[in-house]
Amino acid sequence: MTSAIAFKNVVKSFAKRDGGIQYVLDGVDFSIPAGKTTVIAGGSGTGKSVTLKLVLGLMQVDSGQIFIKGRDVTALRGRELEQLRAEFGVLFQGGALFDSLTVFENVALPLRERTKKSAEEIQDRVATTLAQFELTGHEEKYPAQLSGGMQKRVGLARAMQLQPSIMLFDEPTTGLDPVMSQEIYHLFARTKAEFGFTSIIVSHDIPKIFNLADQVILLHNGKMDVFGSPEEIQWSEKPYIQEFVQKTMGDIYQSHLVE
Amino acid sequence: MKSNPIARLGDTGLYVLTDLGRMAFFLLHAFRGLFRRPFRVRELVRQVHFIGAGSLVVIFFTALSTGMVLGLQGYYSLNKFGAEGMLGSAVSLTLIMELGPVLTALMVAGRAGSAICAEIGIMRISEQIDALDCMAIDPFRYFITPKFLAMLIAMPLLTAVFDVVGIFGGYIAGVGLMDVSPGSYIQGMQSSVTNHDIRLGIIKSFVFALLVVWICSARGYFVGVIRGAGFGAESVSRVTTQAVVFSSISVLVFDYLLTAVLL
Repeated sequence: MTSAIAFKNVVKSFAKRDGGIQYVLDGVDFSIPAGKTTVIAGGSGTGKSVTLKLVLGLMQVDSGQIFIKGRDVTALRGRELEQLRAEFGVLFQGGALFDSLTVFENVALPLRERTKKSAEEIQDRVATTLAQFELTGHEEKYPAQLSGGMQKRVGLARAMQLQPSIMLFDEPTTGLDPVMSQEIYHLFARTKAEFGFTSIIVSHDIPKIFNLADQVILLHNGKMDVFGSPEEIQWSEKPYIQEFVQKTMGDIYQSHLVE
Repeated sequence: MKSNPIARLGDTGLYVLTDLGRMAFFLLHAFRGLFRRPFRVRELVRQVHFIGAGSLVVIFFTALSTGMVLGLQGYYSLNKFGAEGMLGSAVSLTLIMELGPVLTALMVAGRAGSAICAEIGIMRISEQIDALDCMAIDPFRYFITPKFLAMLIAMPLLTAVFDVVGIFGGYIAGVGLMDVSPGSYIQGMQSSVTNHDIRLGIIKSFVFALLVVWICSARGYFVGVIRGAGFGAESVSRVTTQAVVFSSISVLVFDYLLTAVLL
């Protein structure tokens, strides 16, 4: 199995208000297999979003290396970093849609700025994508006029425009009601089946998010535990993981264990 | 916070140095954006319209009232020496070399600079700038450099409008309301204003334009890492206030420096 992303002994810390240092990642090693879905879970403030930002080169590591398709991101600068980022599609927590652009312009932006396609080609491509994501008829609306679920769909449509090989999802269902979340999961499964990208999902939505996972990574106190499947987590004997399982999955999953 | 005063001083010193470094980095990238393709001409035009045409009303009224006050004040002072014939010269020199560039820069910082800072700040906190980075679209080329260029185009033009309207305001006050003769007002202006004076005014307006757009856009861009700014909407409001205050102060400081060096 080839890995799309590999962390080698990565350390990332932040200065705390009281002058101390908080290690968000304290010598972390893991790899994300290509073509699979990895879920990164953990309580708030355990460094899930930081991990994504490190992968994208939006933050610098203190030490260690991050390999993406064999290239060390931490050593890349400027144009090389830009080229590497073209491999990624990112769905941001808040959607990060450009609020002064319409839905159409948002989705067309990567094509306009990054490719040499003609206006007609872009028009066609965007129309097709919008239809795929059930957004036809909303082209001229602005992000503020859309519901949360629609904003996420637009964000996903935009992230998919350049056909990335790795998709990053930062809390894809935060702030959505259960029906909407379900819709996003279906959309994820559909696009994943169609495009076959490697994906990393950072989420609190446990246990539902595990339905999508091929691999689960739990973050705790700067360390990571990697599990081959959601079931494996429950077999772990580490106390903090048992506590985590108890808190987040509750009795539904416990009852499976007892049998 | 650290309790030891020396540690606190060192901490602040380091922060100020880091901040200055960030600002320098920002300026460098903004200029590099000029040479990256494709250049967004429409965005530039939109920004020139926003900064330039959008500021005309406030510039017009500020200039008119400044010019009229200068006319009255100048008349009052010059009259004591029987030198009211010099009014045209006094008003136009003051406006062209000092008040035109400075007041234009202050008004533009308040009106357009604050808007630029808030816009970029909101784009930062809502992750829109990260999104651009992730799509490998250089945010500088995409929307910051056009703002720089637009400011450098609009500010000197606004300053020119300010000068003309202000001189006209002085004319209304001095000639219309007081008893300065139209001929001596115009004549005084023509004989005393030299190319050197006009050049000084233009250089000032370019420098002020750079200061205002640099400080305002960089404060917005770095909203997340500015000490004491806090988070979310409040952080944007704080850095916007800071941007306007800093850019206004630096305009005044540089006004003195430029006058001292170039006069």
